[in-house]
Amino acid sequence: MSEPTLGLERAGLQDLYRSLCLTRAAEERLELLQKQGHVTGGLYRSLGQEAGAVGAAYALRRRTDGTGDMLCHTIRAAGALFLFGGELIDYFRQYMAKGTSPTRGREANVHWFDFQKGFVGPVSPLGTMIEIMAGMTLSFRVRGEDRIGIVFYGDGASSTGAWHEGLNFAAVQRCPMILIVENNQWAFSTPTSKNTRVSSFTEKGPGYGIDTEAVDGTDVLAVFDAVRRAALQVRSGGGTHMIELNYFRRKGHAQHDPQDYVDPVVIRAWEKKDPLDLYRSRLLHNEWASEEELMVIEEQTFEECRVAAEAAIAEPYPEGSEAVLGVYTDVAMPHPWTRSNSPDPTLA
Amino acid sequence: MDPETPEHLLKTKRGEPVTMLEAISEALFEEMIRDESVFLMGEDIGVYGGAFKVTRDFLSFFGENRVIDTPIAEGGFTGAAAGAAHMGLRPVVEIQFMDFISPAYDVITNYIATSNYRGAGPQPLVIRGPVGGGNRGGPFHSQNVEMAFFHTPGLKIVYPSTARDAKGLLKASIRDDNPVIFEEHKGLYRAPSLREVLPDDDYVVPLGEARIVREGTDITIVTYGSMVHKSVEAAETMETEDGVSVEIVDLRTLLPLDEDAIVESVKKTNKLLVVHEDTRTGGIAGEIAIRVSEKAFEWLDGPILRVTAIDAPVPYSGSLEDYFLPQTDDVLKAARYLAAY
Ligand SMILES: Cc1ncc(C[n+]2csc(CCOP(=O)(O)OP(=O)(O)O)c2C)c(N)n1
Ligand SMILES: [Mg+2]
Repeated sequence: MSEPTLGLERAGLQDLYRSLCLTRAAEERLELLQKQGHVTGGLYRSLGQEAGAVGAAYALRRRTDGTGDMLCHTIRAAGALFLFGGELIDYFRQYMAKGTSPTRGREANVHWFDFQKGFVGPVSPLGTMIEIMAGMTLSFRVRGEDRIGIVFYGDGASSTGAWHEGLNFAAVQRCPMILIVENNQWAFSTPTSKNTRVSSFTEKGPGYGIDTEAVDGTDVLAVFDAVRRAALQVRSGGGTHMIELNYFRRKGHAQHDPQDYVDPVVIRAWEKKDPLDLYRSRLLHNEWASEEELMVIEEQTFEECRVAAEAAIAEPYPEGSEAVLGVYTDVAMPHPWTRSNSPDPTLA
Repeated sequence: MDPETPEHLLKTKRGEPVTMLEAISEALFEEMIRDESVFLMGEDIGVYGGAFKVTRDFLSFFGENRVIDTPIAEGGFTGAAAGAAHMGLRPVVEIQFMDFISPAYDVITNYIATSNYRGAGPQPLVIRGPVGGGNRGGPFHSQNVEMAFFHTPGLKIVYPSTARDAKGLLKASIRDDNPVIFEEHKGLYRAPSLREVLPDDDYVVPLGEARIVREGTDITIVTYGSMVHKSVEAAETMETEDGVSVEIVDLRTLLPLDEDAIVESVKKTNKLLVVHEDTRTGGIAGEIAIRVSEKAFEWLDGPILRVTAIDAPVPYSGSLEDYFLPQTDDVLKAARYLAAY
């Protein structure tokens, strides 16, 4: 007997798999690029968490004309970024700090923006983006638009003042916002139990007066279903919601972290809950896809990443002197006179 | 049975050279041995030993009451440090990257810095962590934070440039009864050129005293942190190629500023160049220039110049960041201009 398809057609069910494969292939490509010396700065994997980002973003209204829902992803939610139209090549350009990247080399990795497509990149200081998304969705509410916003954060980020202040503000103002808590059980080397006394974020939600649901974050359909239901309520004036994704960070915090503080037995147990493997079996078992179709998806996503990365490699880094640009909308920052041909500070 | 002192914290005892990072670890370790009221708080400092491993093996040695892995709450744990300081403890908090000190800005400036003045008593605590650019860290893992706090009376700000100073200054900071913001340039942490054998005694480097890195007669460069080393490079080139003698003053403590050392050097050389890695507008060069104007105007034989980062967020890409940061060539060009003035 087949499982319920949650209203998804065969194409949609395969789309989800495609996004999962794309996320993983992109990150694996990054690892390769880093070994080759092409990546500037740190590299962060979402191994084991791909389904959370994909399932959630797929449940939202994605448009390219600035009228859709808004996403704020995290470094471990690249799948959501791609679903909202973030280009693969831009992802590589960002990690490589190329002058052709959306931020022209000024900012790192997934920290980029496209308000037409509906995504706003995070900043590093944790918690801030809840405040930002509260304001974005407040504007939807006060203008009577039926748009909603979704903001991702890890479990550890919930300890910050910004997380609390932003969420409480959103709750009180009944902002049409969904907070996704990526509970991967670790915040760098700190277990979730050292960031919060509650064992589930479903215990925190009531403190803010908002509906909260916990889902298996390795199950792409379960996440899709939960976010779709939450989105329906939020869009119809139900106020702010929170959804906790439960899964496990199977790699270190960043690639430079060997994660020796985590019991390897636990990691191995979570390998059995790999979101791609799990969903692949279901696609086959339910005959939502054939083995051939899946192999094509796997090959295509691998190839797309290879091609995009190769193209990005060939592109130039920014000119150093561009560092003075864009600080203000109108006022130009002066170049240091010591970089100019000027013999004299008074002439620069 | 007491746990053994971790091997890597005994380098100075064994007469081996240490990096600046190791010097900082030794200072923390020795202060915690010396004074039971000293304890540490911060993110990932225990089990992991800190993002940069400054407190590696401290947890197993001192236990969970003295090495506390905190929630990600810079405002919360810095405020808690203030409370503990009132009760007679001497907290040393680590901010994982000093860029993330901002949530603690409120409690530092409104509470901690004003405490003694308000009669609530001294605040003997240290807030330390990595700062500075050059590591392709982008806008949020590269900032220098001194000038966000320089304007707040009641705080002290320390920014070492060598292993020896880092150890002695951190010890002095921990023993100081005032709140100290202690900046550690991450580019200097493991720099091989900074490895040195430290005195095997309980030395401290007093706060508020600059150090003459290099004596000279023609120009004074006042600087601190990573720029001390770029300034030395420039000075050496000036000496061999131009026959110009550059004196370098390493501030070491930014607040309170060692005005006497600056003024004395300027009176000797009659020319002043200030070099800092921090951005330009509102950088410490402005404060130094006005003090020299007040105290040594008659001695100046040229304009006071500065070499600094440009006024922008710290960019990520290597080419942009290199342009953003002041480089040895900038120091050289400015110093040559002054020498010829
Ligand atoms: C305010 C602030 N403090 C510290 C950091 C450094 N930091 C970056 S990620 C991280 C751990 C985040 O854990 P979590 O929120 O659970 O996300 P995960 O990495 O597990 O996805 C820390 C401490 C930061 N980015 N912002
Ligand atoms: Mg986490």
